[in-house]
Amino acid sequence: MEREFYLGAITEDTMTRRNYSLLGPDGARAVETGLAAAEWYHTEVPRKVMKDLMKRSDAPAIRDTIILYGCMILFAGLGIALWPSWWSAPFWLAYGVLYGSAMDSRWHECGHGTAFKTPWMNTVVYEIASLMMMRNSATWRWSHARHHTDTYIVGRDPEIAVMRPPVLFKLIGNFFGIFDAWAALSRMAYNAFLGVHPEEKTFVPQSEWPKVVKVARIYVLIYAATITLAIWMHSILPLMVIGLPRLYGAWHHVMTGLLQHGGLADNVTDHRLNSRTVYMNPISRFIYWNMNYHVEHHMFPMVPYHALPRLHETIRHDLPAPNRSIGAGFAEMWPALIRQLRYEDFFIKRELPATAKPYREEFHAEAPVGGTVAA
Amino acid sequence: MTQWIDACATDEIDEEDLIRFDHGAQTFAIYHSPEGDFYATAGLCSHENVHLCDGLVMGHLIECPKHNGQFDYRTGEAKRAPVCVNLRTFPVKVEGGRVFIEVA
Ligand code: FES
Repeated sequence: MEREFYLGAITEDTMTRRNYSLLGPDGARAVETGLAAAEWYHTEVPRKVMKDLMKRSDAPAIRDTIILYGCMILFAGLGIALWPSWWSAPFWLAYGVLYGSAMDSRWHECGHGTAFKTPWMNTVVYEIASLMMMRNSATWRWSHARHHTDTYIVGRDPEIAVMRPPVLFKLIGNFFGIFDAWAALSRMAYNAFLGVHPEEKTFVPQSEWPKVVKVARIYVLIYAATITLAIWMHSILPLMVIGLPRLYGAWHHVMTGLLQHGGLADNVTDHRLNSRTVYMNPISRFIYWNMNYHVEHHMFPMVPYHALPRLHETIRHDLPAPNRSIGAGFAEMWPALIRQLRYEDFFIKRELPATAKPYREEFHAEAPVGGTVAA
Repeated sequence: MTQWIDACATDEIDEEDLIRFDHGAQTFAIYHSPEGDFYATAGLCSHENVHLCDGLVMGHLIECPKHNGQFDYRTGEAKRAPVCVNLRTFPVKVEGGRVFIEVA
């Protein structure tokens, strides 16, 4: 398959230096030029079809939640029973991936309020998942709203996983949650003792600031109690259940999360240019709650996870071909990240099928000329 | 000065759904509730300027298509983050199979 790349005449001199600070000049420029809070491209879908796709239901999420928490209790129970033998290791690995990765997607879907039809069910799972992922449940609701308003707009989107040039040791370290968890714990302490961070003030409304502090203090108490218990027991076992799985089970959500936007365009207003849909095996799809249909999710965030495969079938004529597997996604993305180490402006531009409307590129007029590379 | 504007026919909006209605420089959302009543609110979400007409009506709630914020369209009350500011509502009357809204 032909994959088109923008590389052309980029030199060190012409290359853009991105400033990702939410308080920096790139964000201010995006607001000035209308790139921030812009109207995004979306595929035309008849209203009746879209209404059907948006329909909410409790049943799929209740089923998945029972399976998820049931498995977590089972695996943690077996891990504790076999502790400290190495025979407990496989159960911790399984528990860890459900804690440190599946909770990321539960946080995400329930944050949108689309997983369950019943609001309190979304809220309960959202709060549990936020605690496990060490994400302040008050702050991150707003950060994710901004991610949807300004997806991969530099200086506006607080959830850019791969900045340019990529810092590879950080990306790799985050497969074990190292830098992420450290940043999360530091921010938790900041929020609990000093208040809302100035960057957070750019996207969290003032009325919510007391809630941010309250949530951070509750998290600090829970983690402090777990650490105290571990010290009292002279064992890391309590931390194997709460806290550490955010590290040893993070790899799956980082693996799938990098694929969402990694190596693709930034500062555009067409999700087909900056998001990636990847076909995945059923276990990964369960852990990831179908967020592998990522272009579809960004274009239509109202569609619940269980309807995303149907949405994909409905609009695939207008989207670039999905990557066939996680491996294929990495094979496309990783070389682009390596190129971005030297050429920050480099990105992958996938070919659209003949049935698709052209990309919306008005904000991309200054991109260097394109070339094509076989992928 | 207020005036009643003929917005649409009653059968143009499915039950538990909404349509967009533009009048001059203003844009409105007109709703058909599950009980068969009609309501009107401002057409743009109070969070960011997104048309509510692409959203989802569930009972008496309208969910915004952009960030899933929710309003009670009967009162305009903001019900779910990220919306915090209530929606403006407009009086509605139905006459001869037509929906009228009162605008300033
Ligand atoms: S624009 Fe409506 S909830 Fe954000």
